[in-house]
Amino acid sequence: MALNPMEQFEVRPVSWAQHPLFHIGHYPIYFTNQALWMLVVVVSLSMFLILSVNKGRVVPTRAQSLAELSYEFVGGMIDMTSGPAGFRFFPLIFTIFMFILFCNGFGLLPIAFTVTSQIAITFFLTAVVILTAIVTGFLKHGFGFLKLFVIKAPVVIMIPMVLLEFISFCARPISLSMRLFANMLAGHTMLKVMAGFVISLGAAGGAYTVLAAAPEALIVGLTALEFLVAFLQAYVFAILSCIYLSEALHLHDNH
Amino acid sequence: MDVTAAKQIGAGLATIAFVGSGIGIGVVFGNYISGALRNPGAASTQFTNLYIGYALCELQGLFGLLIALILLFT
Repeated sequence: MALNPMEQFEVRPVSWAQHPLFHIGHYPIYFTNQALWMLVVVVSLSMFLILSVNKGRVVPTRAQSLAELSYEFVGGMIDMTSGPAGFRFFPLIFTIFMFILFCNGFGLLPIAFTVTSQIAITFFLTAVVILTAIVTGFLKHGFGFLKLFVIKAPVVIMIPMVLLEFISFCARPISLSMRLFANMLAGHTMLKVMAGFVISLGAAGGAYTVLAAAPEALIVGLTALEFLVAFLQAYVFAILSCIYLSEALHLHDNH
Repeated sequence: MDVTAAKQIGAGLATIAFVGSGIGIGVVFGNYISGALRNPGAASTQFTNLYIGYALCELQGLFGLLIALILLFT
């Protein structure tokens, strides 16, 4: 049915490449719309960042100042959460932030597929962050990394607190990936439901056609809101990644 | 009762989670603004904490959405 709001999240092979590219074991590997849009995001992101700074002017052009702005934004974020020691993670955080930002942004184009509305993608990004944090923690502190779960308190309070901290640590990958995925999913579903209202009202004819302007206006407002959410979720994802990595670096003591 | 019907009712009930989420986000932003009006100089330093609080509040509602999705699509 044409009005199904969930149809936009369907991963399927692109129309001009219906045959599987190759097989891994028995599983056919297709070139899907998801792969296509990830390719679009990566190519345009690389083009933007390379072309805007390759001249390196002292007085930046508009594109160069945009690139510098995003660099300083992420740099300030890392400096605020984990101090100078966190700058070894700058490439990771910057890549994740820009990738999510561009995925969310491209997803708002009318015909586009939103890559970040697939939990496979967001969970993979989260796994990279969490595994980096765990590996860094164990490399830096050895088994002292487990002190992350211990809080200085009387034993009666400490034991349940350790359990609680451990559960909250285990919930992090789920919460981080769920937040981005669910926000994108909910926002785009909402837009498509509103679009469904416009089509149904418009098709009803007569006085209803005039009424169709109301959900139409709502869509405009919601799209503006979605741009805010697209940026906000990239920001939240990046800042929480910073905090998790900073905890692995500094444990509980502030830098 | 039919299992499908029960699942759909359950999915609808799961969206009640967003009540808490909405209250939480209201508290977070409301307190931020009242704090920022009292001490505008410190407002920009707490911007990160504001969005962390927002993200954590929103998450609780999104778990409800997750349950709704699991009920509907499994």
